[in-house]
Amino acid sequence: MGNVIGIGASPKRKEDQRFLTGRGNYVSDIKRPGMTAGVFVRSPHGHAVLRGIDRSAALAAPGVIAVLTGADAAADKLGSLPCGWGISDAKGVPMKEPPFPMLAQGKVRFVGDMVAFVIAETPEQANAAAELLKIDYEVLPSVVGVLEAFRPGAPQLFDDVPNNICCDWELGDKAAVESAFRKAAHVAKLSLVNNRLIGNPMEPRAAIAEYEPGTDRFTLWTTSQFPHVVRFLMGALVLNIPQHKLRVVAPDVGGGFGVKQFHYGEEAVITWAAKRVMRPIKWVASRSEGYVSDRHGRDHVTEAELALDETGKFLAFRVNTLANMGGYLSTFGPNIPTNLYGPLLGGVYTTPAIYCNVKVVFTNTVPVDAYRGAGRPEATFVLERIVDVAASEMGIDRVEIRRRNMIPKEAYPYQTPVLVQYDSGDPMGCLDGALVAADVKNFGVRKSASASKGKFRGLGYSTYVEACGLAPSRFAGRLGARGGLYESATVRVHPTGQVTVMIGTHNHGQGHETTFAQIVSEKLGVAFENVDIVFGDTDRVQFGMGTYGSRSLVVGGAALSKATDKVVAKGKKIAAHLLEAAEVDIQFKSGKFSVAGTDRAKTFEEIAGAAYVPHDYPLEVLEPGLEEQAYYDPVNFTYPGGCHIAEVEVDPETGTVTLVNYTAVDDVGTVINPMIVEGQLHGGIVQGVGQALFENAVYDESSGQLLSGSLMDYCMPRADHMPMMKVATHSTLCTHTPMGVKGCGEVGTIGSPAAVINAVVDALSHLGVTHVDMPATPNRIWRLLQNASLPVAAE
Amino acid sequence: MKPFAYHQPDQIPDAAKLLTSIEDSKLVAGGMTLIPTLKQRLANPPALIDLSKLGHLKGITDDGDSITVGAMTPHAQVAASKLVQTKIPGLAALASMIGDPAVRSRGTIGGSVANNDPAADYPAGVLGLGATIVTSTREIAADRFFLGLFETALQPGEIITAIRFPLPLKAGYAKFKAPASRYALVGVFVAKFADGVRVAVTGAGPGVFRVPPMEMALSENFDPSAIAAIKIDNDGLTSDIHAEADYRAHLVTVMAKRAVDAALS
Ligand SMILES: Cc1cc2nc3c(=O)[nH]c(=O)nc-3n(C[C@H](O)[C@H](O)[C@H](O)COP(=O)(O)OP(=O)(O)OC[C@H]3O[C@@H](n4cnc5c(N)ncnc54)[C@H](O)[C@@H]3O)c2cc1C
Repeated sequence: MGNVIGIGASPKRKEDQRFLTGRGNYVSDIKRPGMTAGVFVRSPHGHAVLRGIDRSAALAAPGVIAVLTGADAAADKLGSLPCGWGISDAKGVPMKEPPFPMLAQGKVRFVGDMVAFVIAETPEQANAAAELLKIDYEVLPSVVGVLEAFRPGAPQLFDDVPNNICCDWELGDKAAVESAFRKAAHVAKLSLVNNRLIGNPMEPRAAIAEYEPGTDRFTLWTTSQFPHVVRFLMGALVLNIPQHKLRVVAPDVGGGFGVKQFHYGEEAVITWAAKRVMRPIKWVASRSEGYVSDRHGRDHVTEAELALDETGKFLAFRVNTLANMGGYLSTFGPNIPTNLYGPLLGGVYTTPAIYCNVKVVFTNTVPVDAYRGAGRPEATFVLERIVDVAASEMGIDRVEIRRRNMIPKEAYPYQTPVLVQYDSGDPMGCLDGALVAADVKNFGVRKSASASKGKFRGLGYSTYVEACGLAPSRFAGRLGARGGLYESATVRVHPTGQVTVMIGTHNHGQGHETTFAQIVSEKLGVAFENVDIVFGDTDRVQFGMGTYGSRSLVVGGAALSKATDKVVAKGKKIAAHLLEAAEVDIQFKSGKFSVAGTDRAKTFEEIAGAAYVPHDYPLEVLEPGLEEQAYYDPVNFTYPGGCHIAEVEVDPETGTVTLVNYTAVDDVGTVINPMIVEGQLHGGIVQGVGQALFENAVYDESSGQLLSGSLMDYCMPRADHMPMMKVATHSTLCTHTPMGVKGCGEVGTIGSPAAVINAVVDALSHLGVTHVDMPATPNRIWRLLQNASLPVAAE
Repeated sequence: MKPFAYHQPDQIPDAAKLLTSIEDSKLVAGGMTLIPTLKQRLANPPALIDLSKLGHLKGITDDGDSITVGAMTPHAQVAASKLVQTKIPGLAALASMIGDPAVRSRGTIGGSVANNDPAADYPAGVLGLGATIVTSTREIAADRFFLGLFETALQPGEIITAIRFPLPLKAGYAKFKAPASRYALVGVFVAKFADGVRVAVTGAGPGVFRVPPMEMALSENFDPSAIAAIKIDNDGLTSDIHAEADYRAHLVTVMAKRAVDAALS
């Protein structure tokens, strides 16, 4: 018998047994009898009319089984890939929502848009046949940048979407903001770009589809963060397959970061094709294929203004953003730069008036959707950058201006002017903790030491908050969500007292199998090793919404907690009968049901046994069995946040920025497993540092070609880019989640870009540099220094 | 990857014969460059001729006034060689900066020099040291070997068997790594001989090149300060999403200074 390992412990991760010994079971590990290979043929052009496809040579090639195109999908009356959010403009006019066919019809709109699907006996044969397709394109001019896309005369992606504007969205009280600006003692202004990112999970996307004629059932194995949602969207809205005839399995998945939380056309095509060819089909993306088809992230151009009074108090904040949607609306696409962005512009400050306008724009690029942080890093970056700009323009210390505007701990719950109400937090406490941990006191000494080596050292702060634990369904529904955002859990107690949990979230690296087992172990007093977590299979798990938006513990864990409470409640009824006591007198503690004030007790195992061998059991009032299910819909988001402090050294000779110190003190609520939380923070921070210093998805303006199309040109952060990070928590408890938890999966990515860039700007401020766009590459820094050191032209 | 025939000869003449007799066939050494191009279907040779059984192509020998590195010697072996570390530390340092440990243990000097990638490191060392490329048929001076972007003086059917490096008085390499690929965005190899200094630059342009003004200045005074004011022309240098030509030109001077520093330390 093992031990209870409960909340606050850091056991080794259960899932690592299989991951670290090479026993994981990923989609590409799966082989089905008679399996064929599928290859997607993708547009090499950013924008073109698709005039025709001659597939005769491909069909005649060795091993080829079928070649499917958009025309076949149209003939089979398949649906368009659905968008899960319908946003509207200020007048209530719904966004433009052009169809997103799973295989292109009429036109291609980005390099990587799918044109055909070739199925052959082997991947080599499918690849060879794919090269034989004769595709007649009439190439059109592409437009890839948001500024260019909405200018008059720009190439138009859709006939009925003028100026490529999907939605002209706004939030906040425009009039109140304008009047505050009129009274301002100072207005800080900032134009910035939030660079486009590619997610790069370690495992590329893959899928296998199979149709069983005997039962008329489909199975799709896919690299997904939310298999139930794929089943729902694809079955109900795209392929017209009844839900009970469709099984979607997301087995071990090698990282997601958002990239795998969408319903992709590949999934629909391969499932549809499996029935047409009556054979299982496997498709595994290469890294390069992923670059032109995995949904990208970020990509904003923003103008922001902050109005302040003479003491540096924020009076109003105004933000105008152009957000790139790419060529079509992806599953969450329009939600990210709007609902997950505008409501975060209050940050940890008491700014009374905020207005935000976001023009959501189509371009000839890969569709843009959620990527770790999704909207909140963009909001945090704008806000935390402009706070620094204001501080420097007004001659106020950067920490001091933050303190003057921070929401005090006592003011929670705090209603912001942009919809959200923070339930709890202590930004000042996080700031104070971080100042000490980062040894800010002695920064001057370190700066001089750098200067003596000819290097510029800078310090950057980001005091931030985010909204996660997606999402309160009622709230989301008002904002345009077309589905619910609750989560579900089933706790199945076996006759011998072990527990299997079926949960609707999906573990793809986060350590859920460990964290969730700790919750059950704590709440039921069952040994940690006697709890297994099952997820990722629509045939085994009740409906669930999956994993994204730092929701698994917050929403899924809450459902699990609720279900364990139900198990205890039923157990008490059984115990009351067995112990001949009143139910109200039964206590449950440390795995024992006992009669209060006596030594009469039954163990958890005995109760489970009685539930399944009901010889002496209250059958009149209770059903046999011990299995409970709970759904949980949160009443609010959770609002983790904190203070990040980055310290950089810039080599002025080459423009290289080196991150030399990094400190994060975050409020993530109750910590279930400190080791896992630390890992999430580390990973999140590194991804944010990646955005700040290295990563950039670059398209060629005229052709729409992705120039950063592989890891040779797209720079991911590496271990040797990072100093040892100092990560700590300073938690206040969430007031509405059952265990007081807040999300921790994305905070690192949300807080860090601003901290790093603020540090870079600080390092260069003596040269008059006031802003640096991301990524702060050596080339970009060198050029800034060239321009900065140019002598001012004589009059 | 398309199917291909695979040959593993154990004699150089046999390898050369296969290479000339099978049209479009390719030699494979470490495969670090070639295999990815096959996988991406960018090259589709009908046959691969593997050089790994030509055992005498692998290894480093002390010739007294030079060092000979066999074509099949992997980068890691050059980096770790006591001989190279003592006699030409700059070359050992260069080898240690190539790629990552996996690439260094498979990739070979012959493959790197034959490939002549404009951002590869070895071409700077070979040209900077004025090495001799020994092939199955002749010997070629480095100054006549590198002909720009992936072009070399190798004739069809010709196989590099070794590179012979003369011993410099001092030599150093400084590399500014391209952020993503970690090839050389700009790499500069500086070597001082009794009769003068050679400066070779990789990464900055379409092929490795020498910088005569720097060579003259350093021959006068082998010190970073001697070249601090020498700027090279942006013209003909590479501009891409990582670095524009003027930045590369600037880096040539910075890296040249650092290479001299490395040679002096
Ligand atoms: C991830 C990665 C990172 C890298 N980073 C760097 C880096 O930082 N710096 C750098 O310089 N290089 C780098 N490389 C390239 C690496 O150094 C390769 O080893 C080298 O370019 C080719 O050597 P190879 O032995 O693998 O040659 P192969 O790939 O086997 O062959 C390359 C070409 O040379 C020809 N060839 C091979 N041997 C001979 C010979 N003896 N005679 C004639 N022709 C021959 C082949 O036919 C082929 O055309 C990197 C490679 C990878 C995969």
